[in-house]
Amino acid sequence: MAHAYTPGLKVLDNTTVEKERRLPLKGEVLVEKGANVTPEKIIARTHLPGNVQMVNVANLLNVDAQDVPECMLVEIGKNIAEGDLLAETKGLFGLFKSEVKCPVNGVLESVSEVTGQIVIREAPIPVEVDAYMNGNVSDVMNEEGVVITSNAVFIQGIFGMGGENRGDLHVLVENREDELNESLITSNMKDCIIVGGSHISLNAYKKAISAGVAAVVVGGFNYHDLKDILGYTLGVAITGSEDIGTSLIITEGYGKIPMGARSFDILKKHHGRFTSVNGATQIRAGVIRPEIVIPLNDVDDLDSGTKKNETGITEGSLVRVIRAPYFGHIGTVTSLPHELQKMESETMVRVAEVKIDNENFVIPRANLEMVETT
Amino acid sequence: MKLKSILATDCGSTTTKAILIEFIDGEYRLRFRGEAPTTVEAPFEDVTRGVLNAVMEIEELSGRKLLDGEKIITPHKDNAGVDIYVSTSSAGGGLQMMVAGVVKSMSGESAERAALGAGSIVMDVLASNDGRKPHEKITRIRQLRPDMILLSGGVDGGTTKHVVELAEILKAANPQPRLGSDYKLPVIYAGNNKASTEITKTLGEQADLTIVENIRPVLERENLNPSRDKIHDLFMEHVMQQAPGYNKLMSWTDAPIMPTPGAVGSLIEMIAEEDNISVVGVDIGGATTDIFSVFQNQFNRTVSANLGMSYSICNVLAEASLKNVLRWVPFDIDEKELTNRIGNKMIRPTTVPQSMEELKIEQAIAREALRLSFIQHKAFAVNLKGVQKERTISDAFEQSDSGLSLVDMMDLDLLVGSGGVLSHAPRREQSARMLIDSFLPEGITQLAVDSIFMMPQLGVLANIDQKDLSENARKAALEVFNKDCLIRLGTCIAPVGKAKNGDLILSTTLEMSDGSEKQIDLHQGELLAISADYEPIKSKLKPAKGIDIGAGKNEEISTTLYGGVVGLVFDGRGRPFNLPNENDKRIDSLNIWSNAMNEYPNGEEK
Repeated sequence: MAHAYTPGLKVLDNTTVEKERRLPLKGEVLVEKGANVTPEKIIARTHLPGNVQMVNVANLLNVDAQDVPECMLVEIGKNIAEGDLLAETKGLFGLFKSEVKCPVNGVLESVSEVTGQIVIREAPIPVEVDAYMNGNVSDVMNEEGVVITSNAVFIQGIFGMGGENRGDLHVLVENREDELNESLITSNMKDCIIVGGSHISLNAYKKAISAGVAAVVVGGFNYHDLKDILGYTLGVAITGSEDIGTSLIITEGYGKIPMGARSFDILKKHHGRFTSVNGATQIRAGVIRPEIVIPLNDVDDLDSGTKKNETGITEGSLVRVIRAPYFGHIGTVTSLPHELQKMESETMVRVAEVKIDNENFVIPRANLEMVETT
Repeated sequence: MKLKSILATDCGSTTTKAILIEFIDGEYRLRFRGEAPTTVEAPFEDVTRGVLNAVMEIEELSGRKLLDGEKIITPHKDNAGVDIYVSTSSAGGGLQMMVAGVVKSMSGESAERAALGAGSIVMDVLASNDGRKPHEKITRIRQLRPDMILLSGGVDGGTTKHVVELAEILKAANPQPRLGSDYKLPVIYAGNNKASTEITKTLGEQADLTIVENIRPVLERENLNPSRDKIHDLFMEHVMQQAPGYNKLMSWTDAPIMPTPGAVGSLIEMIAEEDNISVVGVDIGGATTDIFSVFQNQFNRTVSANLGMSYSICNVLAEASLKNVLRWVPFDIDEKELTNRIGNKMIRPTTVPQSMEELKIEQAIAREALRLSFIQHKAFAVNLKGVQKERTISDAFEQSDSGLSLVDMMDLDLLVGSGGVLSHAPRREQSARMLIDSFLPEGITQLAVDSIFMMPQLGVLANIDQKDLSENARKAALEVFNKDCLIRLGTCIAPVGKAKNGDLILSTTLEMSDGSEKQIDLHQGELLAISADYEPIKSKLKPAKGIDIGAGKNEEISTTLYGGVVGLVFDGRGRPFNLPNENDKRIDSLNIWSNAMNEYPNGEEK
């Protein structure tokens, strides 16, 4: 049977989710293999090297660079506080000394005889990594982090903003075509993850931010409104570090597009459950899509994480059209002809014949996305 | 070794393209091509999957067995497999570098040129005099996490202080490589040789330091090749090893994988050398747009890192402004609707335009991406080549300005387009229009496109080093290039000078190859296309008063013009070119010009 590679977003109602939780630098892992964890549990900790201040002592003392070491009053590796005397010249008969005071608290890291510069490193910056979701520590990477495993619902969005967040899931609309209006968002949704249908307007999203909502999950959002939220025009889709409070996950794309029926039904089914989300998106090498994880049972009967055989779309696959003119429609592939075919745009492409609502359409394979159902 | 069959792939950031070349009836020809989405994305996260899919497509089309399970069959045996397999790559975001020099406009610029020439994206240029404080530079280095750093500065034997200062900043920043955490960041030092010991002392332990010859041994001379070669070596040794699936891909190929821009650049240089002409080449990809030029025998390359047609399509919108993109769209469209469509292309980068409306929007954006990239190229191209070249001290102090004088549109002989939106445009007339509208050639300029976007594969084929393969491989690359790759679109004839709309600006007499004569009168504001094959056409061009067609104002020219699949395009829209401000007039003009060129079906606008 013919098949074709087509990237797809995962919409899985019960799967084994494995999350690697890794420190940016080596450090200390605080949990053991087999431990059950909650999202807030700190699983590893490290310290990033502190900020660096460079001070050109030679210039400040008006001496040659090679004379700087003998003017230094602090040894390399020693702590020094802001305002402490760092270096001074001998002066004339002990008078008219020039001196340099330390601009920050830190440790003297190096003194250069070539440039006359010294380097003071400020205190290390502590970094902690939490478990992100309810689950079980299935693997420990020595000094680096852990893998948390959980049986869960796993849904990927197409684009998101803001980093990790969690809270109880609240589906606020009846149908996947419904907009998430301002009036639906109230102050008692603080720290919740709210779900809408086809669209959220800029004002409604702003209201969610001011209400302290943890995250919004919705079918679509207007591209040009991103600027209002981010403060700049998003040129390439690399997000996750925005400090916006309320993460945003759009499941379908920009504009007003009903959420995929399957995603919507699963979210609705789990209304009220504790959910973890991550809005981080990176659409280039090593792609990262935003995600929604709803752990189903915290610890028991974990699957050993068997991997599915990824085969791409085949005849009979359930697919979603991801570009105009049939954007958002879901159908079943009826055939994958070999021959290139001419589209309305006169572009010659490989196509799939797709049955949508009992009608057959010819659509470029590149404009199809697989809807993973198992 | 006589090569009878060659398989070559280019793993782009969006699509992986494969071509099969065969030696048939005494010549090398392109036989089949296949393509598939590049698979650096989940669920596969393995570039070889896309390669196999593209090769599988060739298998299906040719009926020839090329794969044994998940492996390419080489060498060719029993009518299966190929003699050699080669590849280029720009997937994984390409090679991302940071360069540092003491003086931004001198060693900094030389280092940037070396890095660009090697096919990398330059994320930032650090310099002692760039106005940033040390802690700002440190923060920047940490944020960017380059794949590699090139450090230069100082002439040989000169003062060492400033370049050691830069090394101290790098040391304090201690950047971690972008891919993989278990190897040291490669740093190439190409500065004052007197400072080598101090640099080793400062960075030796922390980084994977390599010292090469000074990029600027004396003020008047640039020496880029040692740095460029080392960048390429380290790219293969370190960076490619870390990208998903590349280890496997490298074990399949019979020659080192080349960065895509490096391969295209070498081919553009080859075209210019062969005919002794000035050439501009452009390769517009999903994430970046590369421009190559050869003027006065000097090669330059720039890469516009965030001007592309998919991953960075929204950045084109941000940098060009919506107004500038919209001016090329020949119908009314709601601005919100347009920005959403462009945004959706960014987040689903591998989709293709199915409707005519979508195609026209993409081509509008392409015009702006090309225009902006060319502006960047003109600002960077300088009067130096990668090999050592003598310059006077006064030239050395005016590097940026001297670059501007190199790109002379009136002097340009050939404009070559490549990349999906140009090579795969459904009609060649669309490619010609996009090239003309964005580059605005002046006087007489030949236009061409890479037929199916195979310049990268031919570039890597022409650069194979192995003695037993190189001669045949180069021959194959050149033959396929001439016969199958370069599609001659025709010639653009664009008079320069002030005239009122409707005024006669150029009278041309053409002696066609069938012996007939044609008289073309071009008026200000007009765009005319004359069908003519790629054959010599004797012509006399007589500009109106105050108009220049290449020999100076009012000067008549007798020359030979060449047609092509589009023919001769007489562009009377003026230089500088401006579209009408009124919306109705703008749309009318766009439609009239499109109809004149037969760009879209039946001349109907949808």
